[in-house]
Amino acid sequence: MADLTVTGSRLRPYRAVLASRARSQTSYRASFALDLLSSLLIGVIELVEVWILFHNVVELGGLEFEHVLLVFGIAELCFCLADVSFGHCDQLPTYLRAGTLDVFYLRPQPLLLQLVTSEISLRRLARAAVAATALVVALVVNEIAWGPADVLLLVVALASGYATFAAMFVWAAGMQFFLIEGAETTNAFVYGGRYAATQPASVWSRPLWAVFGFFFPMAFTAFLPALTLLGLDDVVGLPGWAGWCAPLAAVWTWLLALGSWHIGVRHYQGGGG
Amino acid sequence: MRATTRTYWRLLVAGFRRQSAYLLAAFGGLVANTTFGLLKVVLLFATVEAAGGELQGYDVALMSTYIWVSQGLLGSVNLFGRIDIAERIKDGDVAVDFLRPLDVQGAAITTEVGKSLFALIPRGIPSFLIGLVAVGMAAPDSPLAYPLGAVSILLGIVLASATVYLLVAAPGFWLVETRGLQILYMAVSGFLAGLYVPIWLFPGWLEAIAEATPFPSMLMYPVDIVSGRADVGESLLLIAVQVGWLAGVVLLGQLLTRAGRHHLEVQGG
Repeated sequence: MADLTVTGSRLRPYRAVLASRARSQTSYRASFALDLLSSLLIGVIELVEVWILFHNVVELGGLEFEHVLLVFGIAELCFCLADVSFGHCDQLPTYLRAGTLDVFYLRPQPLLLQLVTSEISLRRLARAAVAATALVVALVVNEIAWGPADVLLLVVALASGYATFAAMFVWAAGMQFFLIEGAETTNAFVYGGRYAATQPASVWSRPLWAVFGFFFPMAFTAFLPALTLLGLDDVVGLPGWAGWCAPLAAVWTWLLALGSWHIGVRHYQGGGG
Repeated sequence: MRATTRTYWRLLVAGFRRQSAYLLAAFGGLVANTTFGLLKVVLLFATVEAAGGELQGYDVALMSTYIWVSQGLLGSVNLFGRIDIAERIKDGDVAVDFLRPLDVQGAAITTEVGKSLFALIPRGIPSFLIGLVAVGMAAPDSPLAYPLGAVSILLGIVLASATVYLLVAAPGFWLVETRGLQILYMAVSGFLAGLYVPIWLFPGWLEAIAEATPFPSMLMYPVDIVSGRADVGESLLLIAVQVGWLAGVVLLGQLLTRAGRHHLEVQGG
């Protein structure tokens, strides 16, 4: 009981900060409504882009539209939720240029936690809603022989995918201490990674598998778990249990992320304030 | 007249030179262009092959040209909705711009075009070359595709800046916060300009919607012309469409700027 109280009081500052960020975003109603609409539209357009390809062909990389819809739903939902909670790491170069990161050092909270909680983007939840809808539709239209193992696999995939994308944001943030103006270099892998994760990876070349299959394990966020769920293991040369390795991919990405973050923070010399 | 032309020329050069200070940013853009380009190659090539090697006039070689030319133009054609003047309208600095003997809209667009033209050197041309060497491309049938393509690319760049001015910056005279408009522009423009998938692969109704907007004139038509997907006659027609959109967008922008000038309230002293 005493432990719980201590944990509760430790978390209270974060809760207070997050609640105030949420309130501040909803206070300008017209602007917030426009933000929500844009976010919704982005989600719909991402989905339409995938659908357009299947408007022209029946099958891509051995997958039909309802199969790719499952891949899209899992990947996009995980990415959007990671974006809501960790997407603010993208603002690090702005803090670095303005020298305002130094303020964070004055507060008795870990730097990374402060950065993550300094903003949550509620508007991005609209895009997550599109992804969740796509996922539910995909789960209904695909013929999956549901058993306890399949439910567990879906839950494991969603949790691991979220963790993997969150780690990508942290990895990119760590790199910003060196890149500053070159922030788009990491966007290639964070946002390019999102794009890759929604694709049927069976069409990839070997170099793409090396980069987005294993080093940044995007194929493990949605594509491989979806294949295992659908029983379509034969479209890539990997064994059927590959989809269960999603947690390993998440752990690997977090190792990359924390390594990048620690090296970045150590490199940082302060804003000269 | 000559003095005015020289002033705008200097603004163009200033925009061009300012962008040259951000070489690392341009390198980052090139890495992003290339990564997305390679992912588009595998997906769109697989789509063309699944369709039997030809899809709406695209074979893999022409699809490759589409991908790498459009990725290369991404740093120059404003599909992000960010424009410097928007910030000056928001914080009231634009009041100073109105005192200068220069057209506010003209100066803003000229500076943006200067920046965009510079981006062709570190981002545009290398993206194209990477695609040419790593993947290969189709060459247009007529050599006229290159000069026509150059004109069309320039028109596309100017049109994109002018449209961002009209849709994102100018409403700022009435709205204080235009970030929502900028995100909305970013969401819609790239898609309807044919950045992700050529608009010719859209279902008919969606293609019609796209063609009723200025967005394909920014990217899709220039790419069609320079890749030779459009023959000389079609190219001239597409360029005429671009000129029409540009005239309309600039005229509307001019009207909004004049109305906005009367409405302008500078907050604070």
